[in-house]
Amino acid sequence: MRLAALLALALALPAVAEERVTGFEQMSEDLQAMQNDPVANPGLFWIADGETLWSEDPGTGADSCKGCHGDASDSMAGVAASYPAWDEESGRPVDLAGRINLCRTRHQDAEPFERVSDELLSLAAYLTHQSKGMPITPDDDPRTDPWRERGEDLFARRIGQLNLSCAQCHDRLAGGHLGSALIPQAHPTGYPQYRLEWETMGSLARRFDNCIFGVRAEPYEAGSEDYVSLELYLKSRAAGLTIESPAIRP
Amino acid sequence: MSALVNIPETAAPGEIVDIKVLLQHPMETGFRTGPDGKLVPRNIIHSLRCLYLSEEVFAAELFPAVTANPFFAFTLVAETTGEVEILWADDAGEEQRQSQTLTVG
Ligand code: HEC
Ligand code: HEC
Repeated sequence: MRLAALLALALALPAVAEERVTGFEQMSEDLQAMQNDPVANPGLFWIADGETLWSEDPGTGADSCKGCHGDASDSMAGVAASYPAWDEESGRPVDLAGRINLCRTRHQDAEPFERVSDELLSLAAYLTHQSKGMPITPDDDPRTDPWRERGEDLFARRIGQLNLSCAQCHDRLAGGHLGSALIPQAHPTGYPQYRLEWETMGSLARRFDNCIFGVRAEPYEAGSEDYVSLELYLKSRAAGLTIESPAIRP
Repeated sequence: MSALVNIPETAAPGEIVDIKVLLQHPMETGFRTGPDGKLVPRNIIHSLRCLYLSEEVFAAELFPAVTANPFFAFTLVAETTGEVEILWADDAGEEQRQSQTLTVG
């Protein structure tokens, strides 16, 4: 009986991977409650800081973000759900954090924020919050297509001393375990997100770094063509799933 | 160092009231090395207290194993209308306080 059930489960695995499940849905009820509790979710601190930064004078004589864009709840609703997106001037797609830094340098005469800084994480989290509950709608500019394909290639490429691809874990073995960790399908529905293991907010690039370190390969750079391609691919794969904010993961 | 403190505004006499406190703090253990290879000095919230009607109803002493951005949840029994105060302090000498009136009736 038990064996039959196991066998059925093993055979059902590829089908399970086709049905999309987010990391949130796989979390324990306690963690889901923590994410939904407006007092217990530590990601809210970054969102509050992002809101402050949104209207902060950059100190260069230029406008604040709010000075140009107005109320984020209007102007930025749904924006994060469509990133990475094509940027005309740089002739390539950029991720949300990269887009924020472009506004810093192009429109505020200011230095870009460090990729791993509370400022950039807070602003990105605040903007993502304006898309909470909205479906992921990948940029449909055809110029992003070759990048997405490159992302798909990267996802399927075996890397590192362990010679594993992202797809081996996140397509084929999703729902199984790696040690005590449940292998998710890797849908980026809530980045930047608060990971309990990090004890802080972190970007999707940091999550990629973790998985790439895990297979003993050399991570790429945050905002690099490789990471933006990977994100483009994952966002298409997750198209239609809703944005969570602030998301928590173990 | 911000905080999210949730104290109900009203309660019936004798009611058990939930208090929730989430504090933004790095809770630096003192065992970690920084980019320069030197130990980052310990800075944790070492104590948190709750006073109700000026009387201590909850106290916690914290140690370096506690996570960054710690969350506290505890209860008190509503008696009469009065202040509920939450006080906490860290190794860097920062002391903070948030309070709210709990109306009982
Ligand atoms: C001087 C005006 C100005 C300021 C200040 C400014 N922006 Fe922008 N922002 C723009 C313009 C113009 C665009 C359209 C793209 C371009 O031309 O660069 C844009 C585009 C964006 C987008 C992409 C919107 C979309 O629909 O894809 C985001 C996100 C954004 N800005 C965030 C910010 C943030 C965060 C700040 C503050 C750190 C900021 N902006 C400050 C003018 C500004
Ligand atoms: C050996 C298996 C394995 C490989 C290979 C792997 N991952 Fe992961 N990945 C995991 C596990 C396990 C988690 C869950 C996090 C945890 O608990 O550590 C995860 C989490 C993620 C998440 C977060 C999902 C969420 O809900 O927030 C993303 C995104 C992700 N991986 C992307 C990738 C990408 C991109 C690659 C390839 C560069 C990759 N992973 C390679 C095992 C793997």
